[in-house]
Amino acid sequence: MDIFLFEAAINGLLLAGVLALLTLGLNLIFGVIDVVWIAYADLVMCGMYAVYWLFAVFGWPLPLAFAVSVVGVAVLGVFVHLLIIAPILGSAPINQLLATGGLLYFLQSFATLLFTTDFRNIGVRLPVLEIGGIYISYSRLLAFGVALAGATALYLFLKRTYIGTAIRAIAQDREIIGLMGVDQRRIYLITSAIGGALAGLGACLLALQYDVHPFIGNTFGPLIFMVCVLGGLGNMIGGFIAAFIISQIIAIGGYYFSTELSYVLAFTLFIVLMFVRPQGIIGR
Amino acid sequence: MTETRIAALVGLGILLALPFITPAYFLHLLIQILLWGFIYTAWSMMGRFGLVSLGHGAFMGIGAYVPALLWNYFDVTPWLGIPLGIVLSALLGFIIGYPCFRLKVVGHYFALVTLALSQVVLLSIVAARDITGGSLGMTPRSIGHSWYALQFPDKGYFYAIALVVWLIGLAVWRWIDRGIGREALEAVSDDEDAAAAIGIDVTREKLRVTIISAALTALGGAVFGQYLMYLNPETVSGIGVSLQIVFAAIAGGMYAMLGPSVGALLTIALTEGLRVWFGANFVGAANTIYGILLILFVVFMPRGILGWVEAARRPRGRAIAST
Repeated sequence: MDIFLFEAAINGLLLAGVLALLTLGLNLIFGVIDVVWIAYADLVMCGMYAVYWLFAVFGWPLPLAFAVSVVGVAVLGVFVHLLIIAPILGSAPINQLLATGGLLYFLQSFATLLFTTDFRNIGVRLPVLEIGGIYISYSRLLAFGVALAGATALYLFLKRTYIGTAIRAIAQDREIIGLMGVDQRRIYLITSAIGGALAGLGACLLALQYDVHPFIGNTFGPLIFMVCVLGGLGNMIGGFIAAFIISQIIAIGGYYFSTELSYVLAFTLFIVLMFVRPQGIIGR
Repeated sequence: MTETRIAALVGLGILLALPFITPAYFLHLLIQILLWGFIYTAWSMMGRFGLVSLGHGAFMGIGAYVPALLWNYFDVTPWLGIPLGIVLSALLGFIIGYPCFRLKVVGHYFALVTLALSQVVLLSIVAARDITGGSLGMTPRSIGHSWYALQFPDKGYFYAIALVVWLIGLAVWRWIDRGIGREALEAVSDDEDAAAAIGIDVTREKLRVTIISAALTALGGAVFGQYLMYLNPETVSGIGVSLQIVFAAIAGGMYAMLGPSVGALLTIALTEGLRVWFGANFVGAANTIYGILLILFVVFMPRGILGWVEAARRPRGRAIAST
């Protein structure tokens, strides 16, 4: 096999890690409790700016900057729920999509206002691993590992804990859950906080590989929604497989044609699969 | 009814007189308001029936790029290029709409599919950078004042074109509004299964407005391209454009005929006002405010300004549909 093609496939595998990581929180919010945060990727952008400012500008140690960013985005997630989602929770999901579309607009423009459109880099580059002429970046490997661990942890959390069970139950019937002695408001807040924290986690690992700029959310936003839907909503394992498929299409398509065309291919596949298998690749 | 007719005539008279009394800068703004108002109106033709599309950037992009490319590379006049772009756009609307409606891809799933569609068009334009100029955009070859090339250095011509196009949009709106299709579509957007049960061909009705909306949006994109003489994939097909369309249509009120146009007036007045007020230092100020306003509108005033005015004027009028 062509070594460059092989390298493309490996890189695709590692991109899958990044996508899977970014999809985790979205899969919880969108997939499990059926709330649409179209601005999810822009919360990641906020987290990346937090890492950048705390670490590169204020000179905090990196782990501390990471921790504060994760907590910060988690708090942001709670605010998103309280201020935007909660008032329209009862109306059609499309309204949530539009309202958080406003948030997307706001976050991108506000970031432009505050930070300009400059590309900023935290200046940390993890070493690159070389195996038999193939280069693999540690940061991608790390993202892959964290995504895998995160997916497993989230799966166990949802299946094995009381709150996890309540979160899954709330997705099935918002009305009846109150009768079961579950505080609905609290469950939504907890889920939003976890979703936000996962966006923050994604931001930390993304900051190691990508420059942050106000529109970075546009690069990943549509893509991770595709991954979420393709994997089957709320299906963490499915999300991982979908991330793998999408990123292989992007990586190998990028090798044969061009990056943009491979994205075109991925989005077209998404549209077609929405028609053929709306319940996701794995199904329920 | 006569009152409305008189108001309409007076309004039209003012619109016809405006180019003779306003300076070029305001004329530029007016052209933009009319063209955007037209595109927002086209979007609302679907939006008002619960078909929220985030993919109108795709139709706008095709409408703008097809005539420009044909003109630059094959010397085909926009008089042929624009209809071709409209047909292609309508065809795309059909290709995406038919399976969506047949398979009941609705609500936010429909929005996601159309979002993917706009990404496909956007990235295709960028990918074909050898002929489209990619992210750098492209300029239709300029030959000065020409009817054949639809190029007019004098803004007055474009004002007239924009006005005609805008009036076409309103006429189509009225045509849909008066037809039997509106009742059917309202029934569909209230309860799709019930509508199907009483014999409404849901797929056909939805497909009709989708194709009309796609075609008109392409026309809007085409005229914009001819007017600005510059096309950029991000500004005709990006997610930002799609959200801008949604915002303006919702803010103005997508259920009233003039609502989307009011949305255009509002957004452009706000953008220009902030630009003059703050200067160019505050790039993004206007969009920051739009973002907040969009959230507020969706949460508190989903029927938009005109919808709110109408409801206030008719306190005990028709029941307002929920959602």
